[in-house]
Amino acid sequence: MRFLSHTLDNGLEIVAECNEAAHSQGIGFFVRTGARDETDELAGVSHFLEHMVFKGTPRRSAEDVNREFDQLGAHYNAFTSEENTVYYASVLPECQEATVDLLADVMRPSLRADDFEMEKKVIIEEIQMYADQPPFGMDDHIKELHYGKHPLARSVLGTVQSITALTPDQMRAYFESRYCPSNLFVAAAGKVDFEALVDQVASRCGGWIDRPTSREIDKANSVSQFQWVPRESATQQYVLQLADAPASEDKDRYAAKLLATVFGDDSGSRLYWEIVDPGLAESASMGHYEYLGVGMFFSWLSCDPETAKANLERLSKLQEVAEKDGFTAKELQQAQSKVKARVVLGSERPRNRLFHVGGNWMQRREYRSVADDLAAIDEVSLDSLHKVLEKFPLSRHTTVTIGPMTDWPAEE
Amino acid sequence: MAPVSQVQQRSARSRQLANGMVLVGEPADTFQSAAISLLVPSGYSREPADRLGLSSLVCDMVLRGAGSRDSRALVNALEILGVERGESVGASQTSFSAATLASNLKETLSIYADLVQRPHLPKDQLDAGKLVCLQEIRGAEDEPSQRLMARLRHRAYPEPWGRASHGSEEGVSDSSEADVQDYWSRTYQPRGSILAVAGNFDWDEIVEHVEALFGDWKPLDTAAVSESVASRSSEHEPYDSNQCHIGIAFPSVPYRDPEYLRAWAVVGVLSGGMSSRLFAEVREKRGLCYTVSASLQTQRDRARVLCYAGTTADRAQETLDVTCGELLRLRDGVTSEELDRLKARIKSGLIMQQESTSARSSVIARDWYHLGRVRALEEVSRLIDEIRSEDINDFLKEHPPADFVFATLGPSALNIPENY
Repeated sequence: MRFLSHTLDNGLEIVAECNEAAHSQGIGFFVRTGARDETDELAGVSHFLEHMVFKGTPRRSAEDVNREFDQLGAHYNAFTSEENTVYYASVLPECQEATVDLLADVMRPSLRADDFEMEKKVIIEEIQMYADQPPFGMDDHIKELHYGKHPLARSVLGTVQSITALTPDQMRAYFESRYCPSNLFVAAAGKVDFEALVDQVASRCGGWIDRPTSREIDKANSVSQFQWVPRESATQQYVLQLADAPASEDKDRYAAKLLATVFGDDSGSRLYWEIVDPGLAESASMGHYEYLGVGMFFSWLSCDPETAKANLERLSKLQEVAEKDGFTAKELQQAQSKVKARVVLGSERPRNRLFHVGGNWMQRREYRSVADDLAAIDEVSLDSLHKVLEKFPLSRHTTVTIGPMTDWPAEE
Repeated sequence: MAPVSQVQQRSARSRQLANGMVLVGEPADTFQSAAISLLVPSGYSREPADRLGLSSLVCDMVLRGAGSRDSRALVNALEILGVERGESVGASQTSFSAATLASNLKETLSIYADLVQRPHLPKDQLDAGKLVCLQEIRGAEDEPSQRLMARLRHRAYPEPWGRASHGSEEGVSDSSEADVQDYWSRTYQPRGSILAVAGNFDWDEIVEHVEALFGDWKPLDTAAVSESVASRSSEHEPYDSNQCHIGIAFPSVPYRDPEYLRAWAVVGVLSGGMSSRLFAEVREKRGLCYTVSASLQTQRDRARVLCYAGTTADRAQETLDVTCGELLRLRDGVTSEELDRLKARIKSGLIMQQESTSARSSVIARDWYHLGRVRALEEVSRLIDEIRSEDINDFLKEHPPADFVFATLGPSALNIPENY
């Protein structure tokens, strides 16, 4: 496995983890833009733009784009998050150049007005679909409650209103300001011919003009709140909880991941034994999510409405106990073996490595091999878990619950 | 340019134990991992009609302690081995899948041997097991598309083949300790069980290990499942949602049918990739949906194509009509360009499948169940190459999409087209 990188004159970087033994390759354009880079007026534009990228270029119609990806036998998609937009394809090695040609071309989309109006309908369907599914929009809502006006509290999808009001010109201006060569990069993993890749990208993207971009990465000032939202038609009661955690630039992030595994993994964790194993809830888990400047411990609980209050109390009790007595060496060790196995199992597919290589480059401009990650997991001590807990107490959180409960009994 | 890589040559091995259980394996030393897929003949089709959900309940209960380990020790042992596991209940089988580092394979197999042959089925945890199953049933109620597709399957298959894999609240609530014990002892048995292993391991060593672990498992005779006409639930279910959810099913041919790959290709033309017909016509050209798809769901002796679309209520009728129109248009055949694109996708998919031990273990287990042998990927690849659009069109003439069954869920009912 070799890591290689190259920067074009206009600032566009190309990074790759080359593995001769792989059968396929993953390749993608990673753009440093997402919901956190939007304004109220532009809410949802990053994600809408991600859809529009597949709608054609001066050289290709929307049908051409879809047809050509399929002709390559590519397994391809795109996604938008709070801070990045990623376009990727898994292909066989002989399709490298054709894939670069297609991906690079769609990175300069036409953004035609009639396509824009058609795709707007699809975006609104997507918003409506998520609104009908648990947790019924509360995943966005809890971020607003916890972070207030901080950019990371913005919704990736936007709202029916913001999408309806959006114009093609607004999207074009946003595109111009964000999809600049120095604000995106190409990442690849698997059986990659790197020299050829550099030439292929240079010949297609070398002429793109760069311009400066910026992003607000202030720390968030979070608050702790509780909110109960009734939803009569739901069957189960859902409880979401958000607490601060190490951010993506924080070296404690491995300790944070292991802490989340010990406390709230969906199997074998404290939450699992206390709540899931006895059948008190359909699910109860906690995960660690990292962004630039902001980290989150996100807990999720879904259960019968009658048991929701008691389950939330159990969760609080577990948090108190952890903060008071800490964790045990045995728990940490078990989490370490589990997480290390996940890293190794996940590394066998080039597509997974692509997200890993791209994700690290996106967040920290660094390359980390599988061995680096395994070593970092091994280095985490019980003491560092406790320090994270001290700095980021789980008991300081925002909680939102939604479901059929007609009343949420007040604290005694 | 279209992909030209070929799948790597790997040969699968198989061994039938004296008690009827089959071990299949595909060793490949380029991996650090190994994965297993263990199928036991405990599927929802075997549940007594008043105990729907018993397979899921037993599956939950066997994980609550087995052999020398109690519930906590069992889960912890799997975690320390770094096992990524999953369990699911299907029409004819419960499947246990586990992937781990190759060096932990033998120990992992020992735990699974305990789990299926020597579970404690602890009575003090029966209520907890039932609660877990009930929570799953209730959770699925809140996912509109899941809820719709469960109803569609129920309407599209003869009983008991269209049951929900997690059963019913009544079935789970009424299950007693004796029911669990009895159902486990009847359905967890070597005859009909398949253990598939893929990844970095030595075949002879694993044969010996598996003989030692499973050789004493006692086989039982089983009665055939009897079919009956299902009492059909209503076509439309009123539901308080923004979107209307539409399901359409029609019969196709099962995996072991010689024409299966053609049937599969038809569904690929309909719904594989973004240039496929449903995506292009329903989403791209008309903007009616975010999600529209079709898949071929195969059981051993029957199969259905299941289509799904979700759209806001005021555009639901148009979505239904356009989707039906595309299903009917299949009767006019597919083009060679469509087939070529599909072949490119399938072939690169096969090569990528070789990069995952989990994917390979589940495919070779499925092959054995349906075909009684494992098809090497080279063979599948050749069969795909050989398909011509004329073959598909002949197949479509013989099996035109017909006998549609519908299900809808949402704020208002739709006009269901007749005479299909």
